[in-house]
Amino acid sequence: MLIGGILVITQKNPVHSALALIVTLLAQASIYLMLYAPFVAGVQIILYAGGIMVLFLFVIMLVSIEQSMKERQFNSQWVVGTIAAVALGGLFIAVYEKGKNIFPNRALSIVENNNTQRVAVLLYGQYMFAFEIASLLLLVAIIGAVVMAKKRI
Amino acid sequence: MHAIIDYISSYLTSEKTPGAAGNMFWVLVYIMLVFAGLSVAVIAMNWLERKILAHMQVRLGPMRVGPHGLLQPIADAIKLLLKEDIMPAEADGFVFWMAPLIVVLAAFTVFIVVPFGPTHAITDMNIGILFMLGVSSLSVLGIVMAGWASNSHYPLMGALRSSAQMVSYEVAMGLAVVSVILLTSLHGHGLYGVGGPGTGDTGTLSMIGIVQAQQEQGVWFIFKFFPLGLIAFFIFAVAMVAETNRAPFDLAEAESELTAGFHTEYSGFRWSLFFLAEYSAMIAVSSIAVTLWLGGWLRPFPNLMNGPTWDQAFSFIPAITFLFFAAMCFYNTVRMPKHPLFRVQTIGLAGFGVVLGLIGLALFIPPVSVRVQDIFWFSAKVAGFMYVYIWFRGTFPRYRFDQLMQLGWKVLLPMGLGVLILTAALGLWPLIQQTIWHP
Repeated sequence: MLIGGILVITQKNPVHSALALIVTLLAQASIYLMLYAPFVAGVQIILYAGGIMVLFLFVIMLVSIEQSMKERQFNSQWVVGTIAAVALGGLFIAVYEKGKNIFPNRALSIVENNNTQRVAVLLYGQYMFAFEIASLLLLVAIIGAVVMAKKRI
Repeated sequence: MHAIIDYISSYLTSEKTPGAAGNMFWVLVYIMLVFAGLSVAVIAMNWLERKILAHMQVRLGPMRVGPHGLLQPIADAIKLLLKEDIMPAEADGFVFWMAPLIVVLAAFTVFIVVPFGPTHAITDMNIGILFMLGVSSLSVLGIVMAGWASNSHYPLMGALRSSAQMVSYEVAMGLAVVSVILLTSLHGHGLYGVGGPGTGDTGTLSMIGIVQAQQEQGVWFIFKFFPLGLIAFFIFAVAMVAETNRAPFDLAEAESELTAGFHTEYSGFRWSLFFLAEYSAMIAVSSIAVTLWLGGWLRPFPNLMNGPTWDQAFSFIPAITFLFFAAMCFYNTVRMPKHPLFRVQTIGLAGFGVVLGLIGLALFIPPVSVRVQDIFWFSAKVAGFMYVYIWFRGTFPRYRFDQLMQLGWKVLLPMGLGVLILTAALGLWPLIQQTIWHP
């Protein structure tokens, strides 16, 4: 996953970047598998790697890349970049230190084999409101995209 | 030494798939069996496609290479292996090399969860159907990469069209699949899940679980809540033909339209990888359709014709099928021309008939017949689907691309949503009745 992430930002060719992003997302799915969440892993592969990245690749391939590949890569904002990276790293370390005690044995104590069923029961029972709000958000996004891309109504 | 033999034979008495039992030796054996079976199936599909298309078009098809063209696929394979491997100039080497690999990997990895029987799968994941849909959607990436890496406009157009089509029909496929997953959480008049009473009201995503739900409910899901199961099956059947870029949805790779689309610049072995992946994907989505709607490994008419005598009668069908094929071989041997140049072909065909006959006779032996039943019924149903694929190719004219996209989004998607809502309503009918009439 780390190699994929580093390749995303260092490759000159945007198509190679997108392929490295696919590798990163697949590695993310395997991390979900190691956390005993097979449903989330499967949905990650279907939606992210199989859907969103395909659309990414469409756009990248339809835009001419010779111009962007010839441009010189520059690093003139490295001060701000370093500060931001250090701040993010500090945030990660703070979260880890605070949350270390939730899993005291350093391994998951619950090994569940019905992850899908439990996610479904929670999503459609307790968090139904959040689910409907999310689908409303997606509807707004679809309508926005259609309005921006249409020629005439 | 004893430990190894114990390890190997300990699986033979367990009632689980090798993956669930954790037995690596048998996992590898099953993987090799599935891989070999798939390769034989792809070779057979190549020959069958050419012969069946030819017979539908009132001509004979390949007749020269081997008796009735039976060795034609081997000749094709040798030709493809010996062809020069071309890479276009200015093409992106790494992406060009990776694209067929990704398509083949995605097409073959889905067979890990395909259930040939209650314990005859390589493994049985909890998320079986989700895994199959997800990994087969990775092949779209390979096609896009292939089109782009060829650095020429025909493959790029073909790849973009093909991947847009595949992504659109995945939505319709997903809706049809969801309406079947809803059905796995029913059980007759109660509303408990696949494990029986007391296991809660949830269904299952595992492939073996879906077939077991059909076994428990005593009906194939294609006939459940008639006609909803049939409409869902129809939506999936159309979507799966479009998903695998086969006629009548093959605009992206049709020779008269786009000079073979995304695999124009590939030659020799790389092209054969695409071709292998296409046939494997066809068999994979047909396996999904057979598992979800046609009862997987269950024999036909489990309720109408039940009882030990009917079971015994149905158990003879695999042997009778092979003996029928052997009889066809012998009949055609007799009808071969009596010319000395045809002597080798005649002997070859007779030998093939003898082999098929021996397999048929071997299938009469009870221990073999009992083990082969499930695999035979599953393979027979998938073979029926293959014939339907070839039938579609020989019958229907090609869809134009905008008609294709309109079909996927404006026809199949609303139909899928309607079937989903009606299936959910009909499935919950006992509960609704209870709430309305006895509050």
